[in-house]
Amino acid sequence: MKVMNLVQAINDALDIKLKDDKSIVIYGEDVGVEGGVFRVTEGLQVKHGANRVFDSPLAESGIAGTALGMAISGMKPIIEMQFDGFSYPAFNQIFSHISRFRNRTRGKYTVPMVIRIPYGGGINALEHHSESPEAYFGHTPGLKVVIPSTPYDAKGMLISAIEDPDPVIFLEPKRIYRAIKQEVPEEAYRIPLGKAKVIQPGEQISVIAYGAMIREVQKAIALVKAKGISVELIDLRSIWPIDRETISKSVRKTGRALVVTEAPQSYGPAAELISIINEEAFLSLEAPPSRLTGFDTVIPLPLGEKHYMISPERIAAEIERLISY
Amino acid sequence: MFDYKTLDKYNPLLNKAYQLIDDAGKPLDAKWKPGLDKAQILKAYKDLLFERTADLMAVSYQRQGRMFTYPPNLGQEAIHIAAGMVTKEQDWLVPAFRELGAWLAKGVSLREIFLYFKGHEDGSRFQKANRMLPVSVPIASQLVHAAGLGYAINYHKEKDAAVFAYVGDGGTSEGDFHEALNFAAVWNSPVIFVVQNNQFAISVPLKMQTKSLNIAVKGIAYNVPSLLVDGNDFFAMHEALAFARQHAVSGKGPFLIEARTYRAGAHTTSDDPTKYRSKEEEEIWAEKDPLKRLKGYIKHAKLDALKDEEKLIAEFKKHIDSEFEAAEKHPEYPLEDVFAYMYKELPDELKRQKNNYENYLRGAK
Repeated sequence: MKVMNLVQAINDALDIKLKDDKSIVIYGEDVGVEGGVFRVTEGLQVKHGANRVFDSPLAESGIAGTALGMAISGMKPIIEMQFDGFSYPAFNQIFSHISRFRNRTRGKYTVPMVIRIPYGGGINALEHHSESPEAYFGHTPGLKVVIPSTPYDAKGMLISAIEDPDPVIFLEPKRIYRAIKQEVPEEAYRIPLGKAKVIQPGEQISVIAYGAMIREVQKAIALVKAKGISVELIDLRSIWPIDRETISKSVRKTGRALVVTEAPQSYGPAAELISIINEEAFLSLEAPPSRLTGFDTVIPLPLGEKHYMISPERIAAEIERLISY
Repeated sequence: MFDYKTLDKYNPLLNKAYQLIDDAGKPLDAKWKPGLDKAQILKAYKDLLFERTADLMAVSYQRQGRMFTYPPNLGQEAIHIAAGMVTKEQDWLVPAFRELGAWLAKGVSLREIFLYFKGHEDGSRFQKANRMLPVSVPIASQLVHAAGLGYAINYHKEKDAAVFAYVGDGGTSEGDFHEALNFAAVWNSPVIFVVQNNQFAISVPLKMQTKSLNIAVKGIAYNVPSLLVDGNDFFAMHEALAFARQHAVSGKGPFLIEARTYRAGAHTTSDDPTKYRSKEEEEIWAEKDPLKRLKGYIKHAKLDALKDEEKLIAEFKKHIDSEFEAAEKHPEYPLEDVFAYMYKELPDELKRQKNNYENYLRGAK
């Protein structure tokens, strides 16, 4: 075991897989010499060579589209979109080709690749550096979309993503990149994609969140604990495939549900989760399922971000409201 | 034969297309001899005639209501047949959607092509074609795939393998065209980019598309050797493509060819060109028809012309009809296939959606 933060855990997973599988290459903007703007790929070029870990021209559509070419010819590219808001120029490649190539060719050509994207707000960044685009990817047939919230999960989920036979969007909550440290096994291990995790069992309400919001919910749970409220916290971990079973089982037990996401509200992951809850646990509900999400606005620049980001206090207040409904 | 000196002589900035035979098929330079033997030339002519026949019949099947939207190849066949002759088994073919003869040469069957345009993904299985990608509808997006395939060829240290990637004149306005040229150049990817400049992007003429002198000049900024070729001159296309491939596989990186041609047919069977171009213009280009010119050369060079062309066309038609009928007899599209190829393993959520629908169908019976 070794104590690691998220950045180190991701770096470790990449290092292990690069050693393990010569078909893997890593590229993107600044990922080579510099090791990425967040240093996630630091040291990997020196260790594994400049034909396997390298800087590419600054063009996201090109980065994603060339990776498809590599993937269908037996390579396994792991590409980085430097920031969430920079992934948009790659949408055509991701939506029109990467997600569809297996289907279009009836399985003759497949696209095993990982697209890593640091995402989310809360880091006092410039415009276009604080987006939560998971709904776009989750809405796209043919992709898998996962988000870890701890160093342990980050390493195990990334190894699974790299070994997955289909394209995986791996969203990294950059706000907690270095905020959480945890003991992580030094060897390879795998966490199956598509499975949510009950982080903390509880009796009265199920709170479902993922990524950087998990930590905020945990703070809220500490606040309501004093009032004797027992919360079950679920880390969704996978935006798609979505773990219908874990969610519905929990809400059938607790009778109350709150979904917390940083992404804008309309047509977002919270809407999908609440639909599932209504379909699967309707007769167990003691209160209407609720959601705390980002506003349907542009995420404000740093000085206004405090209005947008969901605070532990706000989560605690909503939990209390649902309990006393 | 074409060499680097010729390439210099045809610098795209001079805006002079590489051309070997005139509109009647007569060599421009009396001393020029084709690098192909008689049998090869006659085979090329036959292939060109076959593509034209199959293409005209495809349009006719569509008109009969037996096939959905189809993009005709009429007038652009010399590019496809020349490329087909140059492309090897181990080369990748990255199509746009108007390269019929090149696909056939790669081993795609007419049955598959008809099936695809009848609306079935099974038509993209390409069971006998090695390294052939499916039709790419989002314009120019396929070109960056080619740059990545080229990286993989280099990464795997494959010898004598290249990528042929196609796009139209309109596609050169897309960002992906430029990203692909740039990535391929920086990575030294062995890609031959073939721009079929057929003068129109559906209805939009080239002059509304670009202010560049021609399309080949666009390669200069990326330091990609580039050449403007008379795309209706089979021999010029063949020499240029063979040279470009040799350049790419010898480790010198990508090459850009602008094949100047004319889309004699409609953009697709849903399009009506009379709305945006004149009869006069079509007649000028009809004089430069690639089939007519190659036939003219064969006559001029006194090669034994095909003995009975009508009989040959009749045989072609019989074969084409049988391929179309085979496509029509393709098994019905099972519900299973809507889901089966989305992921290697069907996720639970998709199983649930499929089961729900099947339950509905059972109940509805």
